[in-house]
Amino acid sequence: MKIGVFWLIAAAVGLALVVLTRLYFTNEYFFFAAYVVLQYVVLSTAWNILGGYTGYINFGTGAFFAIGAYSSVVLHKLPALLKIFDMVIPAIPLPVMILVGGIVSGMVGLGTGYLTLRLRGVFFAIATLALAVVVQTLIVNWDYVGGSRGIYMIRPPKAPLGGSYIQYLYALMMALCVISVGIARWIERSRLGLGFAAIRDDELAAEAGGVPTLRLKLIATTLSGALMGMAGAPLPYYVTYLEPASTFNLAYAVNSVAMPVIGGMTSWVGPILGAILLGTIQQLGSVGFFLDLNIPPTFNLLIVGVLLILFVIIMPNGIMGLISARQRRRATIIETALQQQRAA
Amino acid sequence: MANSPASKNSLTINGLDAGYASVRVLEDISLSVSHAETVVLLGTNGNGKSTLMKCVMGMLRPASGSITAEIDGERYDLVGRSTEEIVDLGITLVPEGRRLFPKLTVEENLLLGAFRPTARGAIGRNLDSSYETFPRLRERRSQLAGSLSGGEQQMLALARALMSAPRILLIDEPSVGLAPILVSRTIEKIQELKERFELTVLMAEQNFNQAVRIADRGYVIVHGQIAFEGRNADELNNNELVRKFYLGL
Repeated sequence: MKIGVFWLIAAAVGLALVVLTRLYFTNEYFFFAAYVVLQYVVLSTAWNILGGYTGYINFGTGAFFAIGAYSSVVLHKLPALLKIFDMVIPAIPLPVMILVGGIVSGMVGLGTGYLTLRLRGVFFAIATLALAVVVQTLIVNWDYVGGSRGIYMIRPPKAPLGGSYIQYLYALMMALCVISVGIARWIERSRLGLGFAAIRDDELAAEAGGVPTLRLKLIATTLSGALMGMAGAPLPYYVTYLEPASTFNLAYAVNSVAMPVIGGMTSWVGPILGAILLGTIQQLGSVGFFLDLNIPPTFNLLIVGVLLILFVIIMPNGIMGLISARQRRRATIIETALQQQRAA
Repeated sequence: MANSPASKNSLTINGLDAGYASVRVLEDISLSVSHAETVVLLGTNGNGKSTLMKCVMGMLRPASGSITAEIDGERYDLVGRSTEEIVDLGITLVPEGRRLFPKLTVEENLLLGAFRPTARGAIGRNLDSSYETFPRLRERRSQLAGSLSGGEQQMLALARALMSAPRILLIDEPSVGLAPILVSRTIEKIQELKERFELTVLMAEQNFNQAVRIADRGYVIVHGQIAFEGRNADELNNNELVRKFYLGL
């Protein structure tokens, strides 16, 4: 499938989903829950660009996500700040905030890439974990964005696309899903993706063969960070009260690792599958759907952990790995049959 | 010494010192490889052969000394250049232990050999020519590189290096992990490639008897220093130093 055709189909699917869900679901809560699932589709797809394609495990999802969220807070307060200096600007629309959040997060991603360029494997993972702590400390001590108290965010009075504001947020997150999945799939089929895979398989050999490993790594950290920031940018308007403890929640890091692992890390489909599966389970869990099974909502992260362990043991290549293994087996069966035919 | 001024592609190393942190691995190494010559670097494990290769490829910065290459008659100082630039100039390394990308297909491995913009122009032609040279690879083009046999993997490693159309080929221990018959076949293949593409070859090897078969000249490296320089295969074969330090006779 051509890249352009895929973009068109992805956009059409996204649009159709937005329209259909709006027609069929009258309960506002559906959009609250679906927003979170879609947000995880973006986060896990973004994580997979660095973690799955390039092989660098990032535990700092929370940091990039929160940078996106807090850059929106700054932009939200910007008109009020400028008023002091007698400058009047209108309220900044959310799509602009998403763009800015992506740029800021992408730059932090680039910086992280530079600082950690000599680190590999577990050392890189530890460095990203440290990044999350550093960013959280900075935010907690920054009063302008609410510090550790948190900050109330008043949503704009009306949603630009009609319907409720939460439906608008949901539609924007769907658009981000389309964008991030489109980028991931494009990478997979491009020379860039081939270079990423070479780094994942054997970085030293890639370097010896002239693959510009440093530049490719920086592209991966920047892209991945930018998409995570974009996923975080609408968060302040979603929660309406933003505070560091929940914005930097470990759940973001754990989920964005677990979802691609469970779905399968080598294909763009994997993170989507994982995010929908795990995200939906957690959303159902948090409204007490599994109370009959004696699983209270507080066990949400436990469910993720148990599923992660099970998948790593039973299907180390995720759901997609299972499918492609079957395809490969079928291909070998066909090939041996052909060879026998030729021999006969 | 054999470095004639008329040479087109050559490599000259002068007074090279290198190491990792405070550990000194190479000490005052000087050697040269002339145009279309096969020079072997003989030495057992831990004598600095791979370190030397890494220095040439810009993957390790030498403490002192110079590495210059002459490519198509033009002189280049290699110290301080990035690996990518060096590959662009026309120098490629076949790393020790082959270092393929095991989870990528044979063809993807080959394409990665031509990742540089300069190599990309001729990618189709080079791919055809590697399949022509290694027909087995064409048969297995969509197979994962990790599933190839040892000999096929070594062929793929060579083919991958040739995808960037190098002038100077560095080969680090092609015999590692191969059965004796395959070692001998690999060595012959290297000779064949060298003649076919008019390559200048520097090959590090432990397998003395096999390496000497195709060597024009050779150096014996002991504890990071050149212990002996043989101006031809005979000199390498019948030499006290080689017998003592290297063959342990």
